[in-house]
Amino acid sequence: MKKKNRLQLDENGKLKHFLTIEGLNRQMLIDILDTAESFTGVTEQTIKKVPLLRGKTIVNLFFEASTRTRTTFELAAKRLSADVLNINIQASATAKGETLLDTLRNLEAMHCDMFVVRHADSGAAHFIAQHAAPHISVINAGDGQHAHPTQAMLDMFTIRRVKGEFHKLNVAIVGDVRHSRVARSQIHALSMLGVEDVRIIAPKTLLPSEPEAFGVHVYHDLREGLRDVDVVIMLRLQKERMRGASLPSEHEYFQLYGLTEEKLALAKPDVTVMHPGPINRGVEIDSVVADGPRSVILQQVSHGIAVRMAVMSMAMQSHLPEAAGGRRG
Amino acid sequence: MKIEIKQGRIIDPANDIDATQDLFISNGKIVALGAPPQGFIADKSIDASHQIVCPGFVDLRAHLREPGQEHKGTIASETRAAARSGITTLCCPPNTHPIIDTPAVAELIQRHADAAGHARVVPLGALTQGLEGNAITEMHALKAAGCVGVSNAMQPVANTLILRRAMEYAATHDLTVFIHAEDRDLASNGCVHEGAVGSRLGLPGIPTAAETVAVASTLALVEETGARVHFSMLSSKRALQKISRAKYDGLPISCDVSAHHLHLTEIDLLGFNSQCHVRPPLRTQRDLEGLRKGLADGTIAAICSDHHPHEADAKLAPFSATEHGISALETLLPLALRVVDDGILSMTQMIASLTHQPAEILGITAGTLSIGQLADICIFDPERYWTLDDHSMLSHGHNTPFLNWEMKGEVTHTLLGGKTVYEC
Repeated sequence: MKKKNRLQLDENGKLKHFLTIEGLNRQMLIDILDTAESFTGVTEQTIKKVPLLRGKTIVNLFFEASTRTRTTFELAAKRLSADVLNINIQASATAKGETLLDTLRNLEAMHCDMFVVRHADSGAAHFIAQHAAPHISVINAGDGQHAHPTQAMLDMFTIRRVKGEFHKLNVAIVGDVRHSRVARSQIHALSMLGVEDVRIIAPKTLLPSEPEAFGVHVYHDLREGLRDVDVVIMLRLQKERMRGASLPSEHEYFQLYGLTEEKLALAKPDVTVMHPGPINRGVEIDSVVADGPRSVILQQVSHGIAVRMAVMSMAMQSHLPEAAGGRRG
Repeated sequence: MKIEIKQGRIIDPANDIDATQDLFISNGKIVALGAPPQGFIADKSIDASHQIVCPGFVDLRAHLREPGQEHKGTIASETRAAARSGITTLCCPPNTHPIIDTPAVAELIQRHADAAGHARVVPLGALTQGLEGNAITEMHALKAAGCVGVSNAMQPVANTLILRRAMEYAATHDLTVFIHAEDRDLASNGCVHEGAVGSRLGLPGIPTAAETVAVASTLALVEETGARVHFSMLSSKRALQKISRAKYDGLPISCDVSAHHLHLTEIDLLGFNSQCHVRPPLRTQRDLEGLRKGLADGTIAAICSDHHPHEADAKLAPFSATEHGISALETLLPLALRVVDDGILSMTQMIASLTHQPAEILGITAGTLSIGQLADICIFDPERYWTLDDHSMLSHGHNTPFLNWEMKGEVTHTLLGGKTVYEC
């Protein structure tokens, strides 16, 4: 754990890489949220730019397809005035047999400053951070089933905006926790920010091994697990789970774990419904709920830009002459 | 050539010897302990005071990479590393390229080992042709070519019927079947122990049941066929319990553990340390303690290196894309000694688990200092500290999580058939 901690932070304890929520601390997460808050103004100006990362080159290194995450990272970088390079690796050199390390060395030779990495292998962002030249910052945009820390932070940002505080909340995460990097990062972030009752709700086939080790309460019954929750986070269900004997059918899954108005009524009256997207309507969530008044699914997307601006500017801080981003509190 | 080894603490567990005395070698064989034979005039004298003199170690499982993967290691490079580590006999699994499923490959390996002259190499033959798990090999011919047992290495056998037939055929030829107990379906694409750490890292897991299911079904087939089975590299306490019970019931089985499974657990994977990517995976502290206890009570008869040398690139990728295994010959003795220092084994028990006990599993006459035996001998200083570093490693593979660790216990001399093959 210590090692991981050191990898993410520079010698002054400042964020250098953003790989996972683990190993960070509460104050650092609050700093990210506060910095993101200060950037939300930028998005609403006529000229949607601040010059913080002018002259810096950020590479979106996506080894796995993504629309939303890549786009919001790109927008965030552009609003910080950085130059952005999007590299879709499936169509690039590794397909020709170049190793990940060779790809990395080539990009370094082009004098890039930051890599935003998405990769299908858990630990890929760690690997890149370990082997990248010292002046390069690495942001994990999702690695295998391990972590997706900027998604978790934009979810935390959304929760704070809607609920104000964390420590009195009951938060339920519903669905395929086993295969979800988003859920892992959310659980760490929620616990670090002081949420005492984090619940995960899923059939045993979709739970990770030894889920209690995450410090969560485990439920197999959605109705029971939703009782008195303030926030419910639905996870996307990959269709291939039907093939690997994890689930019998979409129909039975929706019946047991799909979020409907009727089941949502068991939660607190002011419950907030979230989903990292893209949503499967009628599989994990009913359209009435997804588009309903309790849903903040689209706000999550717009908050993604401010949160990613915050993380990028903070990680680049050691390269910058002046401090990044005005802060609140 | 006559050699005397003077004043060493001679530990020969097979003959129940633990005493400070002299040892005499003539024409490559041990000729006397204590007093020299009449008229013995030594050509060479080795001062072994404050050192332990024991049989050369017998390693049940070392991948030498030759033929086929010489960029990872060669018989010459790896047996040289073995000699440095006091290992005089290495058993190599059949997963070379080509696979050891014909006498020619088995003979080639032994010939290259003889030519290199650093250590003896005894091969295991393939259990099935091409290790594909479908058709059994010419085991009679493999045995005649020097194979001391048969194994399907890390590859699964297609189904339990084929495994049963293979075991029956091996038993016909009095060959031990070496089993890597891992259920293919439960292991699936896993690369770490399925547990708290694997969950946290989001790495696909190999559940303990992958091992226990394979052990249980193999034990049922041992009951059915009477074949002699050796389980290689156990990783879990629960599988060990099954083996312990079956041994108590009198089944002809044995098992070993790798040295790293006695020291590392899943916790060592944190930070995605690919040097700890091994198969079977590192499991929990409870498993580690269970394995240590199994050694102490005799359920586990041997400690092996499970040596897997790799080129550096094999470990330079995201964790699940790296190749499994540790370059482990050079840490075998210090890691085994650490188990003695931890109070789990006596020095004699530890040496037994590296000498005559693995030799018995292989059915070879080695691992003892009996009069008349070939003088395969290891002399080591159990108190000497040294550091395992990149420059001094002799194995072609420098892939080890123990790099730059301070090690206690260093081999000073290795003799192979009376010839000094290593001296520090």
